[in-house]
Amino acid sequence: MQKCDIKENPQYDALRLSLRILKKEEKPSLIEALHRAQEIFGYLPEEVLCFISNELKVPLSKIYGVVTFYHFFRTEPAAKYLINICLGTACFVKGSEKVLKALSEDLNIKVGETTADKLFTLSTARCFGCCGLAPVMMINKDVYGNLSPDKAKSIIEEYRRKENQTNG
Amino acid sequence: MTILTVLICSGAACLSSGEEAVKNKLMTLINEKNLQDEVKVIETGCMGPCQYGPLMIVYPDNSFYISLNEDKIEKIVDEHFIKGRPVKEYLWETPETRKKVEEKKIIPFFEKQLKIVLGNCGNIDPENIDEYIGTGGYEALAKVLTEMTPEEVIDVVTKSGLRGRGGAGFPTGLKWKFAREAKGDQKFVICNGDEGDPGAFMDRSVCEGDPHTVLEGMAIAGYAIGANKGYIYIRAEYPLSVKRLQLALKQAKKYGLIGKKILETDFNFDIDIRIGAGAFVCGEETALIASIEGERGQPRPRPPFPAQKGLWGKPTIINNVETLSNIRKIILNGPEWFSSVGTEKSKGTKVFALSGKVINTGLVEVPIGISLREIIFDIGGGIANGKKFKAVQIGGPSGGCVSEQNLDTPVDYESLTSLGAIMGSGGLIVLDEDNCMVDIAKFFLEFTVDESCGQCIPCRVGLKQMYNILDKITKGKGTMEDITRLEELAKVVKSTSLCALGQTAPNPVLSTLKYFRDEYYEHIKEKKCRANVCKFDEIEEKVIK
Ligand SMILES: Cc1cc2nc3c(=O)[nH]c(=O)nc-3n(C[C@H](O)[C@H](O)[C@H](O)COP(=O)(O)O)c2cc1C
Ligand code: FES
Repeated sequence: MQKCDIKENPQYDALRLSLRILKKEEKPSLIEALHRAQEIFGYLPEEVLCFISNELKVPLSKIYGVVTFYHFFRTEPAAKYLINICLGTACFVKGSEKVLKALSEDLNIKVGETTADKLFTLSTARCFGCCGLAPVMMINKDVYGNLSPDKAKSIIEEYRRKENQTNG
Repeated sequence: MTILTVLICSGAACLSSGEEAVKNKLMTLINEKNLQDEVKVIETGCMGPCQYGPLMIVYPDNSFYISLNEDKIEKIVDEHFIKGRPVKEYLWETPETRKKVEEKKIIPFFEKQLKIVLGNCGNIDPENIDEYIGTGGYEALAKVLTEMTPEEVIDVVTKSGLRGRGGAGFPTGLKWKFAREAKGDQKFVICNGDEGDPGAFMDRSVCEGDPHTVLEGMAIAGYAIGANKGYIYIRAEYPLSVKRLQLALKQAKKYGLIGKKILETDFNFDIDIRIGAGAFVCGEETALIASIEGERGQPRPRPPFPAQKGLWGKPTIINNVETLSNIRKIILNGPEWFSSVGTEKSKGTKVFALSGKVINTGLVEVPIGISLREIIFDIGGGIANGKKFKAVQIGGPSGGCVSEQNLDTPVDYESLTSLGAIMGSGGLIVLDEDNCMVDIAKFFLEFTVDESCGQCIPCRVGLKQMYNILDKITKGKGTMEDITRLEELAKVVKSTSLCALGQTAPNPVLSTLKYFRDEYYEHIKEKKCRANVCKFDEIEEKVIK
C-alpha cells in the first residue's frame, strides 16, 4: 500500500462510507467511486486519488488514465460558481460562441480559468439536453436558456449582486 | 370530487424556464382558495414544445397554456378554475394564423405526431409507479413471463421489424437472437442512455418522463436472452434522468417487478445505474462496455460482437433507450400493429429532437417515412424570424446536412443514408441563411477531434488534418487543392478507422461539400462568407483552445 498525503477530515469519512457501499458489489466500479469523490471534494486532488487507489486496490497509474480520459473529472478546484456554456450543435448554431466571448471579456478570463476573486470559473460543455432553449448555460446546477450575450452578462451581474449582499 | 385535472410539465427545459415557481404559486392558490378537492395537479415529464415552457394542460377542457409565469397562474386560477372560462390569451397561438388554439389536440405541432414511445411522456407523473401501472404498465412483462417462451418474445420483436434507434438501425430481434444463442453462464442487458450527440435530447426526455417504460423493456429483453442483470448507462449531464430512474427502480423493486422472483415466477432480473463521465465515444457500444468495467472508454475491435463477448467477456445486448421503450407496446399490441406504421424497411415511429432555427423547438415523435419538410414546416412551424431555410443537420457528428432540394425525402434509415446523412439518434438541427456551412463542418470536426479516443491513427491524425484545412478555408486562406485533399483524407479516415466514430466523422464535411460546394468555393476564390460568419481580414483571438 502506498502512502498518501491525507489530512483526515469529515470529507474522507464520507468517502470511506461511499466506498464501503460500493465495495459490497461484486465488481466495484472505479468510475462510480470517482463520481462520489468529486461530489464530496468538488474535484479530484492527488491525495484523494491515492486514497481511492488504496481502498479499491487499483493502481494509481490506472486511476490517472481514467481520470484524464473523461471530461467530467476535474483535478483542479472550481470556483464557487462554475459557469458551463453549452457549445453543442443546437447552441452553436444559435450563437453560443458569442455568449462565451461576452462572458470571457466580462469576467476577463479564458475558458478553464477562474476569476481573481475565486467566484467564477468559466468552462464549456457539449449539450445539456435543453437544446430547445438554445443557447444555454449552466451555473452549478441551474440552467439558463434563450441567452444573448447581454442576457448572460446580466445573469452573472445578478450573482455578483447577491454575493455582495450576503457579504455585507 | 375532482373536476379539473391539471398537468404541468416538469421536464428539464420547463424546469429551467421557471416551472418550479409556477407550480408553487399554483399549489398555494389552490390551497388558499380551497380548491384541493376540485383540482388535481400532476407533474409530468416533457410535453414536447420546450420553446414555450413552462407548459400546462387543463382537462377536461384540453386547454394548453404556454409561457406561464406566476401572474398568469393567478389569472388562470381565478378565471378558469373558479369561473370556468379558459383564459384565451395565454393559450397556444398558431404562428400561421395568429389564432389562439383552444384545444390541445388540434394544435398543428401535435396533429402530425404519433406517440408510441412518448405515449406517457407529459401525461403521467413519472415519479409515481401507480400512474404507470394505470396505463397498462408492466402488463407486457407479466404477459411474457406467464404466457410466452423467450423464443416467442424474440419472434414477436423480430416480426415487428423494430430496428435500433441508437444510430445504426440494426434489427433488434436479430440482436436478441444472437445473444440468446450465445453460450454463457451469465448474460447482460445494457441500456444505452449516453446520448452524446449534442443537439439530441430524446432519451433524456423518455428517462425523465416515463422511466418505467425503460425498465420494463430491459426486463423483457433480459427474459428473452436469458440475462438476469442489466445496466443503464446514463450521462452525467442528465442529473434529473438519473434521479427519476433511481426512484423508478426503487419503486419497481418494492412492487416485485424488478429483482428476485419477479411476479412470483422464477425469473430474476436486477438493474443497476451507471453514470457516464463526459466522453462522446462512450456511446459506442464497446467503449461503453469498457467504461462500465471501469476502464478508459476506448472502443474495442469487433468481432467479437458484444452478443458473443460483451461485458466482462459475457454475452451482452446493448440497446438504446428509445429502442427498449418500444418493446412493451409491441408485446401488448402485437407485431402487426407495430409494423403497420412506417415504411417497407423501417417500421414504427422515431422521436426527434427539433432545435435550431425553427419556430417550435422541442420533442416530436412521428411515423417513420414522413418527410423532413413536414417535420420542419408543419410540426416545427417553419423558420424563425422570417429567415430563409438553408439546411437541416441530422445525426450529429456522424450525420450530414440535407438541403432544400431533398426535403421531401421520406425519413427512414435507407433514404437518409443515401443522402449522405444518417437517421442517427434523432437530433434535427435546422439551419438558416445566417449559418455558414463551412463553419458548421468545421464545428463538427472540432468536436470529433476533441472526442477521438486517440487509439487509431486515421481518426487521431486524419481528422486533425481535415480540421486544419477547414480552419484555413474559413480564414480565407484555402486553395482549390485543399478541397481535393479534404476529400481524399475523408475517404481514408472513413475506410480505415477502428470504430464508427472515425468511420462516420467525415460525413458532415462530405455532405456539405456535396450540397453546398459553392460556399466552399466562395470562401476560397472570393474570400466571401455569404452568411457573414467567417471573418477574413482580422484574425480573431479565439477564447477556446
Ligand atoms: C461514436 C459513437 C457514439 C454513439 N453514441 C450513442 C449514444 O449516445 N446512444 C446510443 O444509443 N447509441 C450510440 N451509438 C450506437 C451504439 O454503438 C449502438 O449501436 C447502440 O447503442 C445499439 O442500440 P440499438 O440497436 O438499440 O440502436 C454510438 C455509436 C458511435 C460509433
Ligand atoms: S446543444 Fe446546447 S443544450 Fe443541447
